[in-house]
Amino acid sequence: MSTSSPSSSDPAGVLCLRGIHKRFGPTHALRGVDLELRPGQALAVIGENGAGKSTLVKILTGVHQPDEGTLWLDGQPLRLQDTHAAQAAGIVAVHQETVMFEELTAAENIFIGRQPMRGPPGLRVVDWATMNRLAQQVLDEVGAGFDATTPVNQLSLAQRHLIEIARALSHQARVVILDEPTAALSQAEIRDFYGLVRGLLARGVAVLFISHKFDELFAVCDNYVVLRDGASVGSGRMQDASEPELLRLMAGRSIEQVYPLVDTQPGAVVLEARDLSHPTEFDGISFVLRRGEILGFYGLVGAGRSEVMLALMGLKPLARGSILIDGQQQRIRDAADAISLGLAYVPEERQRQGGILDFSVRHNLSLAALAGPRHAVKGQVSRGPWLSALRESALAQRLIERLKIKTESQDAPLSGLSGGNQQKVVIGKWLGLEPRVVILDEPTKGIDVGAKQAVYQLVAEMVAQGLAVILVSSELPEVMHLAHRVVVMKRGRQVAEFQRGEVDAEAIVAAASGLSRNAA
Amino acid sequence: MKAWGSWERVLAALIVAVYVGFGVGIDGFASPYAVADSTTNMSEKALIAMAMALLIIAGEIDLSIAATMALCSLAMGYAMQAGAGPAGMLAAALGCGLACGAFNGWLVTRWQLPSIVVTIGTLSLYRGLALVLLGDQAITGYPEWLSQWGNGTLGDLAGWPWLIVPIEFGVMGAVAVVFMLLQHRTVHGRRIYAIGANPVAARFSGIAVQRYRLGLFVVAGLMAALAAVQLTGRIGSTRPNLAMGWELDAITIVILGGVAIQGGRGSIVGVLLATVLLGGFTFALGMLNVSGMVMTIVVGALLIGAMVLPRLTSKRAKSARQR
Amino acid sequence: MTRRDWALAVVIVAITLAVGLRSPVFLTPRNALDIANDSALLSILVIGQMPVLLTRGIDLSVASNLALTGMLVALFGKLFPGAGAPVLIVLALALGAAQGALNGWLITRFELPPIVVTLGTMSVYRGAIHLVSGGAWVNDQDIHASIKALPRAELLGLPLLVWFAAAVAALGWWLLRWRRAGRDLYACGGNPHAALVVGIPVPQRIRMAYTLSGALAGLAGLLWVGRYAIAFTELATGFELTVIAACVIGGVSIAGGVGTVGGALLGVLFIGVINAALPVIHVSPFWQQAIAGAVILVSVLLNSRAQRQAGQQILERPAA
Repeated sequence: MSTSSPSSSDPAGVLCLRGIHKRFGPTHALRGVDLELRPGQALAVIGENGAGKSTLVKILTGVHQPDEGTLWLDGQPLRLQDTHAAQAAGIVAVHQETVMFEELTAAENIFIGRQPMRGPPGLRVVDWATMNRLAQQVLDEVGAGFDATTPVNQLSLAQRHLIEIARALSHQARVVILDEPTAALSQAEIRDFYGLVRGLLARGVAVLFISHKFDELFAVCDNYVVLRDGASVGSGRMQDASEPELLRLMAGRSIEQVYPLVDTQPGAVVLEARDLSHPTEFDGISFVLRRGEILGFYGLVGAGRSEVMLALMGLKPLARGSILIDGQQQRIRDAADAISLGLAYVPEERQRQGGILDFSVRHNLSLAALAGPRHAVKGQVSRGPWLSALRESALAQRLIERLKIKTESQDAPLSGLSGGNQQKVVIGKWLGLEPRVVILDEPTKGIDVGAKQAVYQLVAEMVAQGLAVILVSSELPEVMHLAHRVVVMKRGRQVAEFQRGEVDAEAIVAAASGLSRNAA
Repeated sequence: MKAWGSWERVLAALIVAVYVGFGVGIDGFASPYAVADSTTNMSEKALIAMAMALLIIAGEIDLSIAATMALCSLAMGYAMQAGAGPAGMLAAALGCGLACGAFNGWLVTRWQLPSIVVTIGTLSLYRGLALVLLGDQAITGYPEWLSQWGNGTLGDLAGWPWLIVPIEFGVMGAVAVVFMLLQHRTVHGRRIYAIGANPVAARFSGIAVQRYRLGLFVVAGLMAALAAVQLTGRIGSTRPNLAMGWELDAITIVILGGVAIQGGRGSIVGVLLATVLLGGFTFALGMLNVSGMVMTIVVGALLIGAMVLPRLTSKRAKSARQR
Repeated sequence: MTRRDWALAVVIVAITLAVGLRSPVFLTPRNALDIANDSALLSILVIGQMPVLLTRGIDLSVASNLALTGMLVALFGKLFPGAGAPVLIVLALALGAAQGALNGWLITRFELPPIVVTLGTMSVYRGAIHLVSGGAWVNDQDIHASIKALPRAELLGLPLLVWFAAAVAALGWWLLRWRRAGRDLYACGGNPHAALVVGIPVPQRIRMAYTLSGALAGLAGLLWVGRYAIAFTELATGFELTVIAACVIGGVSIAGGVGTVGGALLGVLFIGVINAALPVIHVSPFWQQAIAGAVILVSVLLNSRAQRQAGQQILERPAA
């Protein structure tokens, strides 16, 4: 662990991290990370979910402070005690989720909190004309096709993203962090985006680029660093690297070790979806799901996959379409109906949708069992309306053991568990009901590698026992190695379906982003 | 979830302190008759406080509950004037409470409006309707049985003169048992906690969130009706300003009782203890001839204090843990 | 002026004309002046409530603040007959601001919900009136001459009360449109988490909003006591609901982040016209409260439907 100043001969404009450690309770998120950002160069930060990338970004933007290690800027030690300090140092991040004020205009969003002012001291007022002009300038630079005075609530997701980038540019940033910037963009928009990044680099900005998509990284980045389990395990020049090598560094073990062998033969059809359609979110979705099968749902962020799953679970109304369980058409009016038919949904946002942070582990595990005996549901914790503490703790004990959930006790609040264990609790809540179909929506998002493996193992066990699994995921390796079949969605429509081993990653990605290719 | 925790212990200790302290200090305070007397006002407030507690635990609020009481009393009065008997009068009050509560619930669930602004609106509407219908008049001349209900004791009913427990206290006790069992022992209570703690996760887990919200507003309306009937019986008249400001008392009792204003936590036992504590305290102040206006200062300060205290201790605990 | 504001303006004009048909005296300048005079106090409080609502808060203590400050100023005037109008105005502003600042401090320091905090201070301030006055009223003859003169003095044919209201409205508009602190308020309420992330000093802005609300409530208290030449404990009880009603009708959202001074003033005008119309069409003034309640409900319903998005648009529209 080195704490000496950077060894490069010209420290100007160089942002350096040395020996950064960060812990959150029991989780050691970053273990001695080193990296260097140079002006005019783009650094790819590569790693799986849970490798520590987002923690790294939070340290660079002043949201968290490192427990050990130092940052250097221009050869001087840098302390980022809060987000202001990071902004003052010229470090700006563009995240996947946009940070917007809906009712204000694009220009106001760009300059919020630091609007250009005019007038005598003591009586300074917002200089609207200058603000709008500057905002329009920077919006034109990023190729946004709209007026700076448009209220944000009239703009699309991609347009809001451009506002975020424009905001970063307007900060005269020296370091721009791009976190999965193209997750929701189409191919055409992505091409424009590359031009944007090259423009930034030409201006001498240092870019930190986080992405799952290797073709992007190879197209735009000069250098790379690979994170795994919170440590940097490899770095170098992008042109000297190859994708298989990077994948190996990311995984740290062979593919066979990460993904369990799923060799079950799919059995009878348990779920059939016909022409599922919603007025604005998806249209004409049809597929079958068999016992013992893992059906992957792949697509860009915002393709509408989660929306389809919500409709299956009765959480979203359908404009038309039917759902058949075991060959019989069913009416699913709400989640309780879906549950009583044996459906289970592990949502994408664990903390907001999946579990109740303030509740104990035990109460979270019994949450779905409260859905009520409208039809007979296994794993009940009540007799009529009366809760049974005995049954509840017995159920919780069983699930904790079966899923190996690491917690001090059943009574510990969910908020105290690590991300991976929280996810186990959410999955456990559903498994307790012995469902027929389990829908997993981005189940390994934001959890560490060890927990990911455990989740994959669980999935393999589920299908071995005859359950059917729908796996919604944006991590291509996950989908390709686990799923028997993959449905690809793009902008609310079903565009392709592949069998395992039938096609390669490129074909799937192409289908998801809309490049025309002669796919199978 | 837990009915009895450290907060409840503190409340119980404070109750003892208040009754013993004032009992020693004020002549006649500790007499059984005075104690029984002190329970009547709190028995009515307890009913709306318990209903308010469930709503707040579920993440909602009902500022119109006292105004609903006024309308229910009015409905009962009209029924009486129209010649209805006990059943008719009660039905009128309960029906009015049900309608008022259902209206709140419908606006909140069907149109997804925030309950705070809806119930500010219905507070004005219901109170205003009472004003319009009654003006500056009052309805009096209620039958004997109603006055008996409001002022009599259980002993009167059973023919045991030594049993000086007021009927209202008995009613409160019965209702309290139902609420306690519901919230702490049944699936319904657990679902209400879940709805308040994380309505999205609750819905995703199959809980019928909107149905419960509607139901809780209806319960609030019914409790308001029950409280109104008893209050009217006790004071013998219906005026448009019946139970004026009681919504503030109800919220204060609920917060004092340890229910978190943001929802998801709280105990009915705590709410009941807080009712007794506040009731005993204000009764004692009344015996000391402290004016009603000054008591509102006390209630307001208690409300703020009851919210500040947990934040102070949790901040201290948090900084101690970080050290 | 948004589309909503125009719609409200049309409704106000329609009501005015309708009532004017029934009773032509309603359309006279004299009547307009009366409405302006009656609405002035409400508009001052509404301009104060706006910043608070914009930050996703609420201030239910304004009526109690008004009454307490009014009583304190009246007592001061009784004690110091030599005091001039400027002193009294400053005193009222300071006393009101102090009460508002207490609200702001409790809310930001302890991260407490504004509704409950201001419910509590509403009680405390109201009860404090009784303490300072001993329950006694301060009657016409005891009210300082300057206090009584203030609302009535005329400038260019309009009473000072209306000028005060106009000045407050202009200042409010200027703050919310031209000062950074005012623009920040929209961000604080529109997306509180994001506001912190982009570096807006949220607690500071929130404290400013409540202090402003309190100060204007104090000013309104001085003018109220002057206009009606009376100060007593129950003064303006329940008026906070009328203030909220006017704001909601005027398009200021309870959820924060939305609202204009123009809209809010239209909300005040709406209530003013309705209240003036009631006696003219022989409807008892007892209806005022019920109507305020009904109008709040209708406004909130309409507001929410306008702001609701029909889900995300994921599907691409078919090519024309």
